[in-house]
Amino acid sequence: MKRFAVFVVVMFVLFGAMSHVLAQEAKVVSVNQFVEHPALDAVLKGFQDQLRESGFQLEYRVHNAQANMATANLIAQQIVGEKPDLVLAIATPSAQAMAQTVKKNPQMQKTPILFSAVTDPLSAGLVDDLEKPGANITGTSDLTPMDRHLELIRELHPEMKALGVIYNSGEANSRALADLLKVETAKVGITLEEATVARSSDVFQAAKSLVNKVQAVYVPTDNTVVSAFEALAKVCHENKLPLYAADVDSVPRGAVAALGFDYYEHGRQTGAMAARIFQGADPATTPVETQKDLELHLNLPAAEIMGVTIPEAMLQRAGKIHE
Amino acid sequence: MSWYALLGAVEQGLVYGIMVLGVYLTFRVLNFPDLTVDGSLPLGAAVSAVAISFGVNPFAALFLALGAGFLAGMVTGFLNTKLGILHLLASILTMIALYSINIRVMSGPNVSLLGRNTVLDLFMRFGLPGYVASIILFTIISLSIVVFLVWFLHTEFGQSMLATGDNPRMITSQGVNTHTVIILGVGLSNALVAFSGALIAQNQGAADVNMGVGTIVAGLASVIVGETVFGRGGVLRAVVAALLGSILYRTAIALALSMKLGAFSFTPSDLNLITALLVVLALTAPRIKARFFP
Repeated sequence: MKRFAVFVVVMFVLFGAMSHVLAQEAKVVSVNQFVEHPALDAVLKGFQDQLRESGFQLEYRVHNAQANMATANLIAQQIVGEKPDLVLAIATPSAQAMAQTVKKNPQMQKTPILFSAVTDPLSAGLVDDLEKPGANITGTSDLTPMDRHLELIRELHPEMKALGVIYNSGEANSRALADLLKVETAKVGITLEEATVARSSDVFQAAKSLVNKVQAVYVPTDNTVVSAFEALAKVCHENKLPLYAADVDSVPRGAVAALGFDYYEHGRQTGAMAARIFQGADPATTPVETQKDLELHLNLPAAEIMGVTIPEAMLQRAGKIHE
Repeated sequence: MSWYALLGAVEQGLVYGIMVLGVYLTFRVLNFPDLTVDGSLPLGAAVSAVAISFGVNPFAALFLALGAGFLAGMVTGFLNTKLGILHLLASILTMIALYSINIRVMSGPNVSLLGRNTVLDLFMRFGLPGYVASIILFTIISLSIVVFLVWFLHTEFGQSMLATGDNPRMITSQGVNTHTVIILGVGLSNALVAFSGALIAQNQGAADVNMGVGTIVAGLASVIVGETVFGRGGVLRAVVAALLGSILYRTAIALALSMKLGAFSFTPSDLNLITALLVVLALTAPRIKARFFP
């Protein structure tokens, strides 16, 4: 009983210390981000920059689940109490946690919720229809234009017979992208060799398994593989195996080229959507957007090491060249 | 910390508490460090989510998950007792195998339950908001499991489980087959963990193959927090302490989330550090009290 009394006192003191009066003048934006990750951090920064430049005075409550689903749900519940004017959910698990919280807390049904960095909002159950989301949830999807990525690789390797892809079979996004790539490669008669990993430390071994089997390797926007990109680049450099990425941030890390998915721009696009909603747009009729402009990034030293000759025309149209 | 955040912590504490009761069974009763739970929690989630998407009643889906978890635990017990693999390694092997199995069960890494009928809808139909319905439901379920466990540990089989953990040589000389006890005990523990996973998936609207990461860490932390704060004497006290420990642990995370002390503001990435510090505080509170306020 004494222990219990002490526990109550300790908790009471903690509650007192932590509850703070919130200034309610500025609009409040609560953020439920799933994990610290350069791409996801860039989304948040782009979102905030875009809204600041549009002249909005906002107060942010940023939460990060540190890759824990249970914490993502606690954060969702926490956000209900923050009574925000808008919620930003970054990555699929956080977006799903927010969507479920809306269902359980009817007072949240009027709060606009924007998701970002979600590849497939339909199969994640977030929206009923990409054009007409139907409820208070909409956002931007980072679905890769796979046909254009494959086109880029084929432009540099017209003789390619087999393409390798490395991804984490446990990431819903990556699995969807690999399936998409399979459809696209089958259309042009290229064999797709898949190497799957379960954690970042498996990437080195998976890369080795592709050597001598394929003429080029492609990495989708996969959190696990991208975080161990250097290990992959090392294997590809040593074996003269040309490496291509789906996001431009991986180009300076050792990929030959990427047809730019830029997460910072992705965040800005979500921010512009938030601005329209603050000005009165209805999320239920705001269509889910994908990235419009793709920028070509090239890495010349990497191309040389991996034996890829880049034609002059491609150099001309590149948005950024790493020397 | 807001009212919603506190309710959220209690809700998560209760639903993960069922997992903690499972971890208590292996870790304290059987003295068997079992990492299978990182795989059996998403297994339960996967089985129930897939069952629901095939139109199975959400309550029936919970029991399918229970059965799947029981089998997973029995595999670990079998590897340990019959094949002589060290308990830690046996459980790690089952855990990593379950990663692939879970993806097969879901034919993909994630199954969404948003917009599907779950056990919560039954309560929400009476007009209760979801965040209240979930707490009522999880309280009923976790308390029923506490009652079941206390009864179970007083049965002859339960007593031989306690003895297997305490003194295997003594209980073998009494004519009890410790192999059977371990296989069934680890099975029962993982059945509870998978059951908890199934409820979690229905509560959060999705099953995901990565949702099990860190389950054992949360489970062990909750059991030990519960023991330290509420004491260990007797089966009833220990079981209730494990459940309360789970609620305390989630409350610590919720507190860490809502922290913003004066001018010194934590960044979101400090969450795990603050959680750890709060748990240290909760664990040392009795000691500090004894030292300074005797």
